[in-house]
Amino acid sequence: MSRIKAILVMVAAMFVAAPWIINAAPYESTMGLVQKIFYFHMPSAFLFLISAIVSGVYSAMFLFGKKPPSDWKALAAAELALVFGTITLVTGPLWARKAWGLWWVWDARLTSSLLLWMIFAAYLLLRRYGGPGSDKLGAGMALFGMANVPFIYVSVNYWRTLHPQTSVVPTLPVSMGGPLWFCFAALLLFFLTMMSLRVRLERQRAALERYYLSEDNP
Amino acid sequence: MDFTRLAAIDVGRHFGRRKALSQITFECRAGEILGLLGPNGAGKSTLLSILATLLTPSTGRVEYGTFSADSAGAALRSRLGLLGHDLYLYPELTARENLMFFAQLYALSEPARAVAEGLEHAALSGRADDQVGGFSRGMRQRLALERALLHKPRLLLLDEPFTGLDQASVAALSARLKGLRDQGSLIVLATHDLDVAEDVISRSLFLRDGRLARDPGPARDLRTRYLQAMGQS
Amino acid sequence: MKAFLRVAWLVVRKDLTVEIRSLEILSTTVFFAVTVVLVFSFGLIKEGRAPEDVAAAILWIAMAFAGTLALGRTFDRERQNETLRALLLAPADRPALYAGKLLGMLFLLALVEVLLVLLVGLLFQAPVFSSPALLIALLVSGSLGFASVGTLFAAMLVRARSRDVLLPILLYPITVPVMIAGVRGTAALFQAAPDEVMARFWLALLLFFDAVFVTLALWTFEPLMTD
Repeated sequence: MSRIKAILVMVAAMFVAAPWIINAAPYESTMGLVQKIFYFHMPSAFLFLISAIVSGVYSAMFLFGKKPPSDWKALAAAELALVFGTITLVTGPLWARKAWGLWWVWDARLTSSLLLWMIFAAYLLLRRYGGPGSDKLGAGMALFGMANVPFIYVSVNYWRTLHPQTSVVPTLPVSMGGPLWFCFAALLLFFLTMMSLRVRLERQRAALERYYLSEDNP
Repeated sequence: MDFTRLAAIDVGRHFGRRKALSQITFECRAGEILGLLGPNGAGKSTLLSILATLLTPSTGRVEYGTFSADSAGAALRSRLGLLGHDLYLYPELTARENLMFFAQLYALSEPARAVAEGLEHAALSGRADDQVGGFSRGMRQRLALERALLHKPRLLLLDEPFTGLDQASVAALSARLKGLRDQGSLIVLATHDLDVAEDVISRSLFLRDGRLARDPGPARDLRTRYLQAMGQS
Repeated sequence: MKAFLRVAWLVVRKDLTVEIRSLEILSTTVFFAVTVVLVFSFGLIKEGRAPEDVAAAILWIAMAFAGTLALGRTFDRERQNETLRALLLAPADRPALYAGKLLGMLFLLALVEVLLVLLVGLLFQAPVFSSPALLIALLVSGSLGFASVGTLFAAMLVRARSRDVLLPILLYPITVPVMIAGVRGTAALFQAAPDEVMARFWLALLLFFDAVFVTLALWTFEPLMTD
């Protein structure tokens, strides 16, 4: 626990330091200051995808292995997917508004993110309102959601394309790469600590339920 | 695969925080009718579902001879029969069609013959081609029992089978169950109808709030024993 | 394999027999699909002119909405007398039960879609007979994609709370690729000069989706249905 606290302090420090580091990066030629939101937007989008896959994998493990810790991790990852997804979906339109004049342009990648976000929102609604046994049902849903990612990507991509191409990262000047990796590292550590804490919460909840059930009263 | 002994060892089941069953341990042998007695909400249906492998216990295990639900899988289900409270019949199908569907689903070698015999036993041969939706509760109950017996299961589980039956049907059902018992079936019968139960069952388990209540002793009649068991905790 | 097909066929035949006796699900689903088409038409048509590609869109939306209702009703029936328990109690292969339910649903959707295609062709002057083979292929593979996920979700929600609203909440996001592919492919066929190359591309995507999700559903049906 103290190790997690230490990492959290470090993450907080990184977030505090971020504005200076981002400010030090050079301006992008066409979009100017607005482009700087990219330093949060891209790592969030990436971690959104990672959280979704982690949730899907643990859901599959829970469905077939039936061990509760897999379910806790699937749930924690799904909640974090929603968090990172929300960051992505808020920063995206903010950027789009300034860069292209519209809040929403049905661009392929943003639309795919919205879809994946909805899948995980549905997952959390199911777990909240589905009644007993919804942990297993949620696992099925998350597994299907993860399996859907390539299909969402392809179908939405061929439906619309306006996003900057994927290859933008390797062609970034080194001075832009630095802040990007810094933000990515900060968000990744955030993801890992949050996962840890959330899983711990579920573990304690399960222990509490076990004690309650083993109590010798009707 | 077959077995002549059913054993539950420390079986428990909870739904979220609700404890439906705990510390259920008992044994049942072939040629016995075990009565599962208790008030509504005691957990009788839950226990029957677990014995039927439709529900997995949260704790403990169930042994069918040397087999368990996990090890035997589908083969075990072919030796089990369950007559549930909801009867499991399709109202839009006729009596014959209902039996035929399940006979074929259970891959019986001579489905037509099994169906004809079942209809005979249920005294519904004359109404075989009428839709079940139009039957009275008693008629559906008789048909549902035959559906559960089509594949001649070793273990027969019955959930409140005497509900809604008239006197003649009750007598017929009791006779049928005794006949099956004498042929070596294991029968577990959950009911809160004590008068009928007394006639049919060989042994009783008293269930209250998901736990087994102590049996006050065989000397007295069933009703007295039941009331005493329920009075205890 | 033979046992699998036998069980699936038994389930399909039982479902069809039950449905033929009452015709309840078929008639209500068909009527609802027609209602959806009309509601969307009233919403989208301006001065007697429909926006481009709206025929294809309405066709698939009506299928999705009507299909969701039909799925709910089908499993409501199995819940009525707890016959789903009886099915699970049998020594039959569980994925075969799923396959049987899926085929029954596909059959129902096929009937509804025949009517929808004719209706949409009539109302929007869409050239529905221009490339019949491709159109049928698109509809079949799209319906299979939608129904494969829908049947699994409807089955797994049978004993859940709030199942009526949870089914569309879960089903629609997962089947968006089917909708995109179906609508775009059909719209390509409904153009003045049908774009068969485009339609074939979307058909390929649908077939791939079907392969992945039917397999996934067969695989996860048993763990999801056992308590």
